[in-house]
Amino acid sequence: MTTLNINGRDVDVTAEPDTPLLWVLRAELALVGTKFGCGKALCGACTVHLDGAAVRSCVLPVAAAAGRRITTIEGLAGRQADALRRAWLDVDVVQCGYCQSGQLMSACALLAQNPRPTDADIDAAMSGNLCRCGTYPRIRAAIHAAAEG
Amino acid sequence: MPKLKRRTFILGTLGAAGALVVGWAALPARQRLVGAAPLAAAPNQAALNGWVKVSTDDAVTVMVPHAEMGQGTHTGLAMLVADEMDADFSRIRVEQASYDAIYNNQAALLDALPFQPDDDGYVKRMTRHVAGRIVREFPGLAGTGGSASIKDLWLPLRQAGASARAMLVAAAAAQWKVSASELRVEAGRIAHASGRSATFGELALAAATLPVPYDAPLKKPSQFQLIGKPARRIEAPSKLDGSARFGIDALPDGLVYASVAMCPTLGGKAKGYDASAARTLPGVRAIVALEPVAGGIGGMGGATSGGVAVIADTPFHATRALEKIAIEWEHGAAASVDSATLLDDLSRALDTQAGNTHLERGDVDAALAAAARRITAEYRVPFLAHATMEPMNCTVRFKDGKATAWIPTQAPGFARDAVAQTLGIDAENVEVVQTLLGGGFGRRYFTDFVVQAATLARAANGAPVQLIWSREADMQHDYYRPAFVCRCEAGFDAQGSLVAWKTTSAGSSMGAPAMIDMSTDGASNQAYAFPAARVAHLPVETPVSVGIWRSVAHSQNAFFVESFVDEAAHAAGQDPVAFRASLLAGNARHLAVLHRAAELAGWGTPAAPGRAHGIALHRAFGSIVAQVAEVSVDADRIRVHRVVCVVDCGVAVNPNHVKQQMESGIVFGLSAALHGEITIENGRVKQSNFHDYAPLRMNECPAIETDIVASGEAPGGVGEPGTPPIAPAVANAVFALTGRRLRTLPLRLT
Repeated sequence: MTTLNINGRDVDVTAEPDTPLLWVLRAELALVGTKFGCGKALCGACTVHLDGAAVRSCVLPVAAAAGRRITTIEGLAGRQADALRRAWLDVDVVQCGYCQSGQLMSACALLAQNPRPTDADIDAAMSGNLCRCGTYPRIRAAIHAAAEG
Repeated sequence: MPKLKRRTFILGTLGAAGALVVGWAALPARQRLVGAAPLAAAPNQAALNGWVKVSTDDAVTVMVPHAEMGQGTHTGLAMLVADEMDADFSRIRVEQASYDAIYNNQAALLDALPFQPDDDGYVKRMTRHVAGRIVREFPGLAGTGGSASIKDLWLPLRQAGASARAMLVAAAAAQWKVSASELRVEAGRIAHASGRSATFGELALAAATLPVPYDAPLKKPSQFQLIGKPARRIEAPSKLDGSARFGIDALPDGLVYASVAMCPTLGGKAKGYDASAARTLPGVRAIVALEPVAGGIGGMGGATSGGVAVIADTPFHATRALEKIAIEWEHGAAASVDSATLLDDLSRALDTQAGNTHLERGDVDAALAAAARRITAEYRVPFLAHATMEPMNCTVRFKDGKATAWIPTQAPGFARDAVAQTLGIDAENVEVVQTLLGGGFGRRYFTDFVVQAATLARAANGAPVQLIWSREADMQHDYYRPAFVCRCEAGFDAQGSLVAWKTTSAGSSMGAPAMIDMSTDGASNQAYAFPAARVAHLPVETPVSVGIWRSVAHSQNAFFVESFVDEAAHAAGQDPVAFRASLLAGNARHLAVLHRAAELAGWGTPAAPGRAHGIALHRAFGSIVAQVAEVSVDADRIRVHRVVCVVDCGVAVNPNHVKQQMESGIVFGLSAALHGEITIENGRVKQSNFHDYAPLRMNECPAIETDIVASGEAPGGVGEPGTPPIAPAVANAVFALTGRRLRTLPLRLT
């Protein structure tokens, strides 16, 4: 039994300690907003926050997340999250949407660190998140819009 | 009865051959407004036709037969209904349609017939007419592909909206004892000058008792309220808070998970396996051998590999146990296949074989023989994987002789039949829940993973099984975009004018070879008025499973044609834009797109130091797209800084999503142009994940500016036409910058 703090609540999970956090979220806790994309931390679809920092949950053993604050797309909230969601809608970023949970988690972690990112900052923070629909130009525009809003 | 007149006209022009189809034509035309069975509706809901339901809380539900995979079709289809209804767009909902023949994607099927886009000959018309009759009779052909959703439903959904509006108006007129012509409709509310008004919801149940009008007048374009204006994606909020449900998010009660190891050699299978170390691991429920699956469509495809699967309590338990199974493989026919050799073989085949002619204009051999100057070139493009962000997955429950399947599919009819056939039950006993798709790009037309999931459901004692492919399985067991080699030859007269054009490609045929081979789409039906031309394709089948990949054969042929046209322009000593224009005389739509792109990109004025422009123009799926790429080269690395894109897609129903799709097509095409390559050694795909099959990332993405040509023509497609021009535009820019003509994709300077 492991106790996790997810989206502000403590929950006990039965998964074995080496289970990737991704599958604990999805299969045990039904938090399926966090997506499986590659299993190797190559695409960013599974991005969650661990104590506010963006991490790839597909390679993070659940034991390593115990005792730390885990935030998923379902619990992503606050001023910057609101601004990002608003900008994402205003710019009409999403297409298929599968990668967008991860994109928003990465963008929110970026703005928490750096409220006024440059294009180079966005490249550095967001290049680990793949999108096959090609929403990159609109993601860039939406991050700038959220930062200014 | 304008419809009847039209039919009479067609038959009249058919002459003697027309007599053959008179019997069929005399049958009543198959309308697409009301299905064979009434639409299922909740107690507070009224179905007004086969497409529209209105509930007493004012929500308007539009039945959508097409999968939403990012292209924005749910929003666009809803706009068609809402505009004609004068509904409140914020109260529009969409719901997956079932299998009635009215939902068949007729445009996609008819567009696949092998005719020139501008052909108006009687053979084309008769064939389309007969095919249309067939397509209209068989339910379950509601596939999402060919960029055809809006094209297909442009009229049927507007008619559905207009008919529903007329019924609601008639209900109000009856209740208020006034003439329907005195009523105004605005944003889901019907009002009379007397001050009386009612919402759609208040009138819905009464309206449903009235006869369905089949001839409700449609709006003139000048009356559109929604069509042609940018609208936001209706499902966007659900994709920002984790609530959107893709196939992999199906969570039926009692769900168990499965993971599969497939034979690394394409088309191979498990000869035997030792699962003793896996069987005793925690969470393991069953271990199942899977046979190769022939998931192909329309004669395309081939078998994917067989393998061994584990059913377990969680995906982690399933994959961990799978790694402990020792599998002996039977590699099969593909074990000696090597993609480098295969491309060389395609080239050699063109030394001796002419292929099948898809376009013959004038006497090209004589024109080439008489030409004052000739140029030749050979182009090559590799196999490509789709690499949708959501890996292949499918969830199936098989209990008491009935199955429920949650499938992210582009072809719910094929998928339903695949489940039924695998489980040996009637299709009526299969319920398919078509989820959102985490990308499709053609991959999800195929049903190999559906067959696997249904097979596993049989071994799960009534529990729903969710089969999730690893990224490695997804990349190494795809239906790949076929590798092609293309030989090109052009002849010029003494004045430098192009007088002959000949291209012959070789590779797997795209489509059943004997019936419809789409392999030269974009080459045999491009718009250039070459005085003499031959376009041919030599089908060379291989053990590599191949399929449809965003824009189908246009992705190969635009690279061949638009690169070689550029070569011809330079050979003729002409500016690439002016040269193209000289071959498009009288083709106003193409010329407008070409010149607009050149103008917006600043064609003719030098690019920034160290940069150059390249242009490409291509028509696909009823839309014309020109792109200008601005590139630089740094340490032999090609960098694309900016892309200007101009599209003429007829009426742009939702300009916002037209632009989105151009951006999407460009980034997808750039991934392939700069990085995309699947290589095969000893029958095994070498690439396995996003480190060695690398889609474009944020730091490589150019700025993209899209301009839409104002048009009153019927809508063309937009999901695919943005992809084909980008590779040649970049290659042409690299030539302009470096003088090096890159004729192989992906584009590499070393």
